[in-house]
Amino acid sequence: MPLVLPGEQVPAAHVNLKLGPGLLQLSSVDGKSSVISTRAGDLNHSANRSKWWIDSNSRRYIPAPQESVIGIVIARSGENWRVDIGSAHVASLDGLAFEGATKRNRPNLKVGSLLYARVSLAHKDMEPELECFDAQTRKAEGFGELKGGFLVNCSLKMSRLLMDPTHFLLPLLGSRFPLEAATGVNGRVWINTKDPRHIIAASRCIEAVDPDGGGMDEVGVKKFLSTMDV
Amino acid sequence: MPRPPSPSIPEKEFVYGALKEGLRVDGRLPLEMRTPALAFGPELGWVECSLGKTRVLAQVDAKMVKPPPERPLEGIISIHSEISPMASSDYELGRPSDEEVTITRMLDKVLRRSDVVDKESLCVLAGQRVWHLRLTIHCLADAGNMLDCACLAGVVALKHFRRPEVEVVGEEVTVHHPSERAPVPLSMHHTPYCLTFAYFPDASTKPVLDPTHLEQRLSAGMLSIALNAQRELCVVQKAGGVPLAADEILRIVDVAVDKAKELDKLVEQRLKEDWAGRTVEVR
Repeated sequence: MPLVLPGEQVPAAHVNLKLGPGLLQLSSVDGKSSVISTRAGDLNHSANRSKWWIDSNSRRYIPAPQESVIGIVIARSGENWRVDIGSAHVASLDGLAFEGATKRNRPNLKVGSLLYARVSLAHKDMEPELECFDAQTRKAEGFGELKGGFLVNCSLKMSRLLMDPTHFLLPLLGSRFPLEAATGVNGRVWINTKDPRHIIAASRCIEAVDPDGGGMDEVGVKKFLSTMDV
Repeated sequence: MPRPPSPSIPEKEFVYGALKEGLRVDGRLPLEMRTPALAFGPELGWVECSLGKTRVLAQVDAKMVKPPPERPLEGIISIHSEISPMASSDYELGRPSDEEVTITRMLDKVLRRSDVVDKESLCVLAGQRVWHLRLTIHCLADAGNMLDCACLAGVVALKHFRRPEVEVVGEEVTVHHPSERAPVPLSMHHTPYCLTFAYFPDASTKPVLDPTHLEQRLSAGMLSIALNAQRELCVVQKAGGVPLAADEILRIVDVAVDKAKELDKLVEQRLKEDWAGRTVEVR
């Protein structure tokens, strides 16, 4: 996994080449195209060398389509909602982009509501757009308003680790107390439990395991949890 | 960039509910302060103070100038603190937000107007040469309570700084380089520490000491008390916010006195450790 810096040329070549996050294809005048990196991090590729991507860490989210994010509603503009997802531009969410919504029957959102949404459109020069239903099935599938609970901010790498089902943290917390969590790839995690102490414990564990905040491992987290009254 | 969005409804409700039970999001007790960590630079008068993730850098510099004619016997102290977007994306350069104005005014009151440094000792030749001390505060990261961090960094930088020794013979002034003669510490009257308490809209919620960024945004009012370890109050600032009874304020002042004593012990210990690590040649 060599370390690359932004702007370096990457030897990615395959018949069905798929470029993941952090890589960009530039075509030059004479028809030859080259692949260069746009982020600093580890360069990875799949076993058959058809998929290439860069593993990097940062705190600022850059929207990409089909990613699940957590947003905060900040304003209403006509029929659309302006939602902050932590990116450079404020995203817009259509008031009807919910499962089973019609002109007469709309979800009742307020300024300050938390939403779990999917980025449907994201170009670097435009405002991103969100939708609150799954693309294929047009059903909610967990998207929509998040009520109660608490929001934790973390780095982007941490939110990707939390979305990985093999990561240890969420199952470990779930074995101690019942917990509901929604992770957005924009560095935000929503947690809901019955007891506020459990939410505080979960939030502190997430900050401790975050690579930016120390990167505690499983043994460390178990010791950390035993110091809190959970 | 426009003002950042206020916290979401779940965050607001959770923090208010937890504070009612006396629980804070980062696990501290309501009147517990984050332990300050002080780092000294290679130069004398360079201090980086961090309270958790809030970090402030302070540097003291001195040069000799001609004093203004209305005050010929005193030195000059000037404090520069401009908050850049480096601290947080909430701040903009050139347009001071409310918080920035509060920090600048408090720093002025705590470090300058409360006579921390003896200005008459900064006079070298009356009417012609005095020391001009310049304290520069850089706010590196804002995770709540930048005011306390900035005041602490400023005070420790003033205590850490050593000015070059000066010899005056008649009308001639000779400034000795630090390598020729050991530099001299500033003569300070007292050491003030600033402590900030945040109050919340619900009257039954007790105040918290050293609020984090989220607690600060959700607070209804803040009370800042600057005092020294000898139980002398320098500044009590409460700009608007929640109405407080007189005995509540006195209770808070008692809490602040204990914290100031702890801070004083910590600062003295760190300064001693740092000074022991520096080599001073004696010829």
